[in-house]
Amino acid sequence: MSATLAATAPRVEPAPRRRRARLDALAVAGVLVVLVTALLAILAPLLAPGDPIKNSLLDRLTPPMWATGGDAKYPLGTDTLGRDVASRLLHGARVSLAVGFAAVLVAGVIGVALGLVSGWYGGRLDDALMRLGDVQLAFPVLVLAVAVLAVLGASMTNLIIVLGVTGWITYARIVRAEVLTLRERDFVAAARALGATDGWILWRHLLPHVLPPITVVATFSVARTIIAEASLSFLGLGIPAPEPSWGAMLDEGRNYITTGWWLALFPGVAILLLVLGINLVGDWLRDVLDPRMERGV
Amino acid sequence: MRAFLLRRLLHSVFVIWGVVTVVFFLVRLTGDPTYFLVDQSATQEEIAHTRAMLGLDRPLVVQYVDFLGSAVRGDFGASIRERRPAMRMVMEHFWPATVELAAAALLLSTVLAIPLGVISATHRGRPADHLSRVASLFLQSMPSFWLGIMLILLFAVVLGGLLPAYGTGTLKHLILPAIALAAAPLAQNVRLIRAGMLDVLGQDYVRTARAKGVAERGVVYRHALRNAALPVITITGLSLGFMLSGALIIETVFAWPGMGRLIVQAVPSRDFPVIQAGVFVFALVFVAINLIVDLLYTVADPRVRLT
Repeated sequence: MSATLAATAPRVEPAPRRRRARLDALAVAGVLVVLVTALLAILAPLLAPGDPIKNSLLDRLTPPMWATGGDAKYPLGTDTLGRDVASRLLHGARVSLAVGFAAVLVAGVIGVALGLVSGWYGGRLDDALMRLGDVQLAFPVLVLAVAVLAVLGASMTNLIIVLGVTGWITYARIVRAEVLTLRERDFVAAARALGATDGWILWRHLLPHVLPPITVVATFSVARTIIAEASLSFLGLGIPAPEPSWGAMLDEGRNYITTGWWLALFPGVAILLLVLGINLVGDWLRDVLDPRMERGV
Repeated sequence: MRAFLLRRLLHSVFVIWGVVTVVFFLVRLTGDPTYFLVDQSATQEEIAHTRAMLGLDRPLVVQYVDFLGSAVRGDFGASIRERRPAMRMVMEHFWPATVELAAAALLLSTVLAIPLGVISATHRGRPADHLSRVASLFLQSMPSFWLGIMLILLFAVVLGGLLPAYGTGTLKHLILPAIALAAAPLAQNVRLIRAGMLDVLGQDYVRTARAKGVAERGVVYRHALRNAALPVITITGLSLGFMLSGALIIETVFAWPGMGRLIVQAVPSRDFPVIQAGVFVFALVFVAINLIVDLLYTVADPRVRLT
């Protein structure tokens, strides 16, 4: 998305001391993990060895195939209802990625739009938006999400809305700060002198400038949102059963920890790998896109 | 300073007003809360009676003003499940259980982070540094509740009950949930202290201290760390917020009788007074922490002016 927008942008001055796009081993590993997970999620219906939802009570709590009592029919074992864990993991990847990306997209679009407007026009509107953000930041996201989902009810759409709407302020603040400095620059004055409208300046001249830092923040947000989705599903407020979700699978695994260790292990490893991969991509993007940000590692 | 304090307090009051307003409208989002408060089998008269008793038949503005008045006094009505003041229930779970857990985790994540971050910085590029960076990366990418489950699997199941998996009472019960809750903030603090130390260790005054003949230990811990600690104050404030949030889920995993678990348990029974009171207390603590963090900044760094 950022590439196409950058291409249509008027010549953006090269950022000072932009580092070369150095793809170190960790970054490659991160990109690979994310791509493979995305591929597995897309192809889940073809790849899954079994049905992720169909019960088979006779086969319940079958251990993974390499453990004693395992069955090659169920490579990663079965859960308490005899459903194939491997298939559920593959289908669960779809939920994690869909919620992660969709919620961040919602938050990003709202936040960038409000940030642009807030920084450009300033005044009362700016004050009101930033105060609203302060109020929202006073709620821990998870607590707010639990409260809102308790009212709205649990569903994938509600999950995306709640996680999306609670995330806008971070983007709005970054974009606003950028716009405050950008709007005094010569190229903005030039565009204005040529008769450009406010909307045009915001869309064509300012938006391309704010996209790099936003991309970095959005990447880390996807990772955090995936954990938040898992947390909410774990608490029973996310994806409704029997739809497979890694968080909900962990909730089940927790209750059978003495008899079915694999139920609590595999979904967690899946979350860890995916989130780790996204974080590595984020670290790399930060180095490439936003040289002003200090390397945290 | 006084002007700053006043402005900051006013700001806090504004935020809390916003919080109360959000909490008020949260439940009204779905319409008449009466239906949540009465039995499924209630007749029309009973519903109307409850509605009138709760004052829900009055204009929304009147209800809102009334709600504001009660909320300021900490009155969020009675729990539907237990039929006693929701706020008292929340406070009973907040203190001591949630505070105990959050404090233990905070202590763990800060006290351990300082030596680990310093060692990582002074051993830059060497095995100790790499190890701590990889470990940080993993800990930050792990859902805390899964770490909790794995700790239970390891210490309570595989190692045959070395540490208790559930419940409360002894210090032993506190260990696993505190570790699970502290892991992610610890990783973040280590990264931050490392970055801060690397920044500071290259500065002139550090070289001067070394040239004066100050022992390396003194340079690192007395001169450098003090200046590297500033971001840690902010982050500690943030991680306290994170811990309160995390308490919601970690308390559920370990059956810890805190406020987070209380809220989670209130959800299926639609015990809205308890949820409202809980969210309110969470937000209040958050606002207070932010205020304290701002004030601590001036103590830690006299250059920070409060205007």
